[in-house]
Amino acid sequence: MYPKPIPPSHRTSRILYMTGVWAVLAIWLLPVAAIIMTSFRTFDDIMAGNYWGWPTKFNILENYAAIFQHTDMLVYFRNSLIITIPSVVLVLALSTMTGFVLSRHKFVGSTLLFAAFIAGNFMPYQVFMIPVRDLMVSLGLYDTYGALILFHVSFQLGFATLFMRNFIAALPGELFQAARAEGASPMQILRIIVVPLVRPALAALAILLFTFIWNDYFWAIVLTQTDAVKPVTAGLANLRGEWVSAWNVISAATLFVAIPPVLMFFLMQKHFVSGLTMGAVKG
Amino acid sequence: MTTPRQKMLERWTPALLLAPGLILFFGVIVFSAFRTFWISLHEWDGFGTAVYVGLANYRELWTDPQFWMSLKNNAIWLVVFLLAPPLGLAIALLVNQKIAGMRFAKSLFFMPLVLSLVTVGVIFSWFYDPTFGILAKIFGLFGAEAPALLSSERYVTFAVVFAGLWPQVAFCLVLFLAGLNNLDSEIIGAGRVDNARGWQMLRHVVLPQLKQVSFIAIAISMIGALRSFDIISVMTSGGPFGSSSVLAYQMYEESLFSYRYGYGAAIATVLFAIMLIFIVWYLANLLKNENGA
Repeated sequence: MYPKPIPPSHRTSRILYMTGVWAVLAIWLLPVAAIIMTSFRTFDDIMAGNYWGWPTKFNILENYAAIFQHTDMLVYFRNSLIITIPSVVLVLALSTMTGFVLSRHKFVGSTLLFAAFIAGNFMPYQVFMIPVRDLMVSLGLYDTYGALILFHVSFQLGFATLFMRNFIAALPGELFQAARAEGASPMQILRIIVVPLVRPALAALAILLFTFIWNDYFWAIVLTQTDAVKPVTAGLANLRGEWVSAWNVISAATLFVAIPPVLMFFLMQKHFVSGLTMGAVKG
Repeated sequence: MTTPRQKMLERWTPALLLAPGLILFFGVIVFSAFRTFWISLHEWDGFGTAVYVGLANYRELWTDPQFWMSLKNNAIWLVVFLLAPPLGLAIALLVNQKIAGMRFAKSLFFMPLVLSLVTVGVIFSWFYDPTFGILAKIFGLFGAEAPALLSSERYVTFAVVFAGLWPQVAFCLVLFLAGLNNLDSEIIGAGRVDNARGWQMLRHVVLPQLKQVSFIAIAISMIGALRSFDIISVMTSGGPFGSSSVLAYQMYEESLFSYRYGYGAAIATVLFAIMLIFIVWYLANLLKNENGA
């Protein structure tokens, strides 16, 4: 292990070390702490410039009630769920299929296909903006949930396919040989062997995709226009225009937007971290 | 018994499984990449008919000061984002200890990674608030007045990049922690026997083993830098006077606000070309490693 572990016997050095870590962490998370505190403040405090001191009065309920009563945040939130969940499910299903074929069947052009997926995955997605927007307009999907779902599914397929391909390729080959010897069809192999074994990969992929799609802002502002279909990220940006200096309400809304990914992260942290490293290291 | 029909179906199963994914990926993503280039050769307002103009859009780019400004800002993003891997490694070394409470501390360090860039942008614009922001407070301690970073043409890009660096460092931290976990303990032990310590140990024993992870951390930071858009849009909208714009943002503005889709597509193509350099470098490295392993 590196750096050298501090042995359990050195109690004082352990306590000192941990104190140091928490001190660094305090600076690291200062932005988050500040925004949490601000979401508790009253508007008077903000106007008086009390950004950093102890709030003169806690206004928690009022601030959070304001985002539900006076803004469309709940609608945006619902929109985000309507966009994100089907996208994640579709990507998981499609990438299991493509990843399975790419990892277990050699065919002409499979390396090229692999390279295309990596390249697509790495592109600054803004490069696709003009044609994708035009495509959605001609399909009649512009400014609907469908536009965002269609785009996210297509784009995330690159990353997800690489991810699933690598995971399935690492499964023991004997399993597949045995199944083939028994005369199982590719469809049966997929259903009986692959699907049960890739569950951990699917869990990791699901949380990553959820975070990516939930946090998307670019496509939200490019492919939607009306509040009825806008996801939370775009909604939050709108809110900033309307509530210019009401930082307490904006902070509350900001935290509200961050709840689902942060919650998912803490609930499935192991999957998140392993997914991120697996996805990045191999793909 | 398998009938000929079933045999036929089985033969085609792989193709059928691939089809939906490939159709979407090639139909929406790959096709769009090529179409961007095609559109860049036209004058188009997004509604009417596009007029072929050859390389006129590119010639105009060459003489457009805003284009050079955006390109320069992209370069600043790339250079500053190179700080993310070493900073991530530093934090990784700090938290790679098994002490009670460390697990929780680690997850808190990861947190910026799951926040949306819109959130990060909102938080930092408020940090930089010239009257009451934290920066103003710190300057106030020394009796000085804080510069209004976000309205200063000189500092604005650095202020925005710094905000973008925060989640990027967290990403690199995750990668390096995984790398540190996979270190060969025998080599580390041998290093200790040879009395390698501190910096020497890091430089000659640990870093060589983290080569692959470092490469990925750098590649991912470069991609992140070239993709920067959200945070710029939220914090400055490219302002003041385009001084914090980058290629991605300029393309967005030229197309959606000035209705110059052909010109926007030309900017996108330049961005594509820059990215291609990195992708080729990355793929070459990846394939070399895959063949070598």
